[in-house]
Amino acid sequence: MHKVLKNQPLAEKIFRMEVEAPLIPPNYRPGQFIIIMADSRSERIPLTIVETKGNAVILIYQVVGRSTEKLSSLKAGDPVYGIVGPLGHASEIKKFGKVVCIGGGVGTAVIYPEIRALKDAGNHITSIIGSRSGDLLILKKEIAGISDELFLTTDDGSQGEKGLVTMPLEKILIKEKTDLVIAIGPVIMMKAVSGLTKRYSVKTIVSLNPIMVDGTGMCGACRVIVDNQTKFACVDGPEFDAHLVDFDNLLLRSRQYQKQEKEAHPCRKIN
Amino acid sequence: MPENKLKKIPVREQPPQERIKNFSEVCLGYNEDEAIAESKRCIQCGLCIKGCPVGIDIPKFIREIREKNYDGSIKTLKSFNSLPAVCGRVCPQEEQCQLPCPLGKKGDAIQIGKLERFSADQERSPGRNNVPDIIKNNIKTAVIGSGPAGLTCAGELARMGYSVTLFESLHKLGGVLRYGIPEFRLPDAILDFEIDYIKNLGTEIMTNVLVGKTITVEQLFRQGYKAIFIGTGAGLPSFLNAAGENLNNIFSANEFLTRSNLMQAYGSSRISDTPIIAEEPVAVIGGGNVAMDSARTARRLGAGEVNLVYRRTEKEMPAREEEIEHAREEGVRLVPLTLPVGFIGDSQGKVREMKCIRMQLSEPDSSGRASVIPVPDSDFTMPVRTVIVAIGQRPNPLLVRSLAGLKLGKHGTIETDENMMSSVPGIFAGGDIVTGAATVILAMGMAKKAALGMDRYIRSLSS
Ligand SMILES: Cc1cc2nc3c(=O)[nH]c(=O)nc-3n(C[C@H](O)[C@H](O)[C@H](O)COP(=O)(O)OP(=O)(O)OC[C@H]3O[C@@H](n4cnc5c(N)ncnc54)[C@H](O)[C@@H]3O)c2cc1C
Ligand SMILES: Cc1cc2nc3c(=O)[nH]c(=O)nc-3n(C[C@H](O)[C@H](O)[C@H](O)COP(=O)(O)OP(=O)(O)OC[C@H]3O[C@@H](n4cnc5c(N)ncnc54)[C@H](O)[C@@H]3O)c2cc1C
Ligand code: SF4
Ligand code: SF4
Ligand code: FES
Repeated sequence: MHKVLKNQPLAEKIFRMEVEAPLIPPNYRPGQFIIIMADSRSERIPLTIVETKGNAVILIYQVVGRSTEKLSSLKAGDPVYGIVGPLGHASEIKKFGKVVCIGGGVGTAVIYPEIRALKDAGNHITSIIGSRSGDLLILKKEIAGISDELFLTTDDGSQGEKGLVTMPLEKILIKEKTDLVIAIGPVIMMKAVSGLTKRYSVKTIVSLNPIMVDGTGMCGACRVIVDNQTKFACVDGPEFDAHLVDFDNLLLRSRQYQKQEKEAHPCRKIN
Repeated sequence: MPENKLKKIPVREQPPQERIKNFSEVCLGYNEDEAIAESKRCIQCGLCIKGCPVGIDIPKFIREIREKNYDGSIKTLKSFNSLPAVCGRVCPQEEQCQLPCPLGKKGDAIQIGKLERFSADQERSPGRNNVPDIIKNNIKTAVIGSGPAGLTCAGELARMGYSVTLFESLHKLGGVLRYGIPEFRLPDAILDFEIDYIKNLGTEIMTNVLVGKTITVEQLFRQGYKAIFIGTGAGLPSFLNAAGENLNNIFSANEFLTRSNLMQAYGSSRISDTPIIAEEPVAVIGGGNVAMDSARTARRLGAGEVNLVYRRTEKEMPAREEEIEHAREEGVRLVPLTLPVGFIGDSQGKVREMKCIRMQLSEPDSSGRASVIPVPDSDFTMPVRTVIVAIGQRPNPLLVRSLAGLKLGKHGTIETDENMMSSVPGIFAGGDIVTGAATVILAMGMAKKAALGMDRYIRSLSS
């Protein structure tokens, strides 16, 4: 059992949870994730480790369905049934030079530890964070504090530039030489970023979020097509070279259980 | 009792029409009278012993059943095999212990598995799970993986007095016995009883620990574990590498069975949040136990049409005879001599058709098994809404690859010496990670040998 230490909303339907998982911090590196089960009947769902603090891990998650909703209802002191991790490969952290880091929606939480590590490794960081509207922009202050430059975009223009993250990105790509782009967010966003950087021949990394079960390479639920080969995102990833990823297959695969999920949670909006 | 001593006492089973509506055990097992009658057929010749991979003294335990000495019979079994309730249910007896039985020459071999199961189930009646007195030596040992190999090794080490920590990456213990073999063949309650015994021996259980990620083997040695057993199994599912294989509703058998068994998706949504899909027509690809379990699970999840597609003929199917028979009774259709070569999806990315070619038998290959070659111009398509790929599992590479200096076989298995020690001193291994996908009883046999090897190794450290 793991005790919840804190669980608070950061924005509409986005929560930050601090939960005890004493075995995880010593071997954790940025880019890795956990599989969590809220209670004994829950699904096993993957969430990125945003940071570790003492013997706890910090998670930031968006409520999109039954499992994330269950998590959001937990209070400080409540038990969580199971957490296993850290899973997946760590991000490659070294000095690349000029790096553009793009976080979309809750993907901003996923990319945050990576931005920090890349900054510490001496990179010049330009961050772009985007969301539907201004009140959903998370970790703005934290990311501003560790980025050399920061661009904000919102779909409705309520904060930052009105439009998609690809708009400031394209301006940067035109203006200056970029060594690496990292994009983490909705599949549609990662696909758009990848298409753009391909045109400018800038190496791009994305973190894929397919449906998972075990997270240890045993089931193949998380298979993704990279460079025309089947890879298991949980053990071969979750980060891959964006220009080799079959995003359309990933999009279809992440809708596999849409019907069942709707039945389990009739009011949820499926993007 | 039948007059004819050559005929086995039939075992009671749930009728097929009923059992496809539930996940309860298909085989109901012998009652006392039936078991005694079956045991009386045994002529005590002992030929069967060499057919059992762990060499159980079969005539002795059968004699003890005949004498109603059930405590004695379970003691006999347990001195060779720590999980008789499991083996009695899932061993391929017809190829092992029951094969040499002379009664099988002219009639039916003694139903050794059914008797073993009977004896083990007697033990599960209340108050019989006896834990022996153990003199603890406080030397730390680690066991990685809680399948039959890990459970056996942990049990043996604990009984020798070692402090044992059992690490398992999933949230529940049992390995394939938990996530793979369905409830209708091996009920969770039986597994839980066997696991309770291991816990009662004082084993420390650490679930949700993926060794190699959560903690490394080097760290375990640094924490004072003197010897480590790796029983991580063969959990990596193989796919066909056919076009369209990543369409929706195409699952590995591991995923399908894990959702059903481990995540309990077979129950109603009141029990589990995990979804499962078995839209008909279902095609299961493969001919082993894994394929049979998948097909029979799909039937129970409500799929009316379930086709089991296999590239050889029924005769070559590696599944246990009983499983093939049960699958057929439950309405699973066998489609032999057929090889899937591709999949076509609909606009939602969901599989709609499976492209196949017909095969024909040809010369036996080097292993003596009939091989198959394609029939020219025989391609055809099969309508499918769900496909379950059950064409084999390979050793899980995650842990073994993280260990420097570990000598591996060509399929990623761990190479061991006659004591089951790997090329790294202090690291032992057993089960599917050593043999590739095999059987429960072989995994247990190796684990027992490894425990003895670990004991010898640890003693050699202090002398
Ligand atoms: C390696 C990895 C790391 C992840 N890290 C995080 C994280 O840090 N924070 C976080 O909020 N989520 C993260 N996710 C996604 C998260 O696992 C899912 O949101 C979660 O499983 C949804 O479960 P549910 O039962 O609440 O929703 P369900 O009822 O299962 O509904 C999920 C459905 O909604 C859609 N969906 C769900 N999540 C997303 C998403 N993130 N993007 C686009 N579509 C989605 C899909 O179509 C899917 O079918 C990660 C996923 C992976 C694979
Ligand atoms: C569906 C199915 C049906 C079968 N039917 C039969 C049958 O009828 N009769 C028969 O004799 N055999 C059968 N088998 C084969 C048999 O189950 C296996 O041979 C046997 O389970 C192997 O035991 P094991 O202990 O080596 O591995 P497993 O049972 O595979 O257990 C390995 C365990 O290690 C865990 N693990 C893996 N990596 C790590 C890690 N890094 N850290 C921590 N834990 C880890 C896994 O989660 C798993 O729990 C069947 C197999 C399947 C899949
Ligand atoms: S363990 Fe298996 S092979 Fe050995 S006697 Fe029992 S059923 Fe037969
Ligand atoms: S071979 Fe058959 S008859 Fe002989 S001892 Fe074994 S079970 Fe009995
Ligand atoms: S989640 Fe099962 S293999 Fe990746």
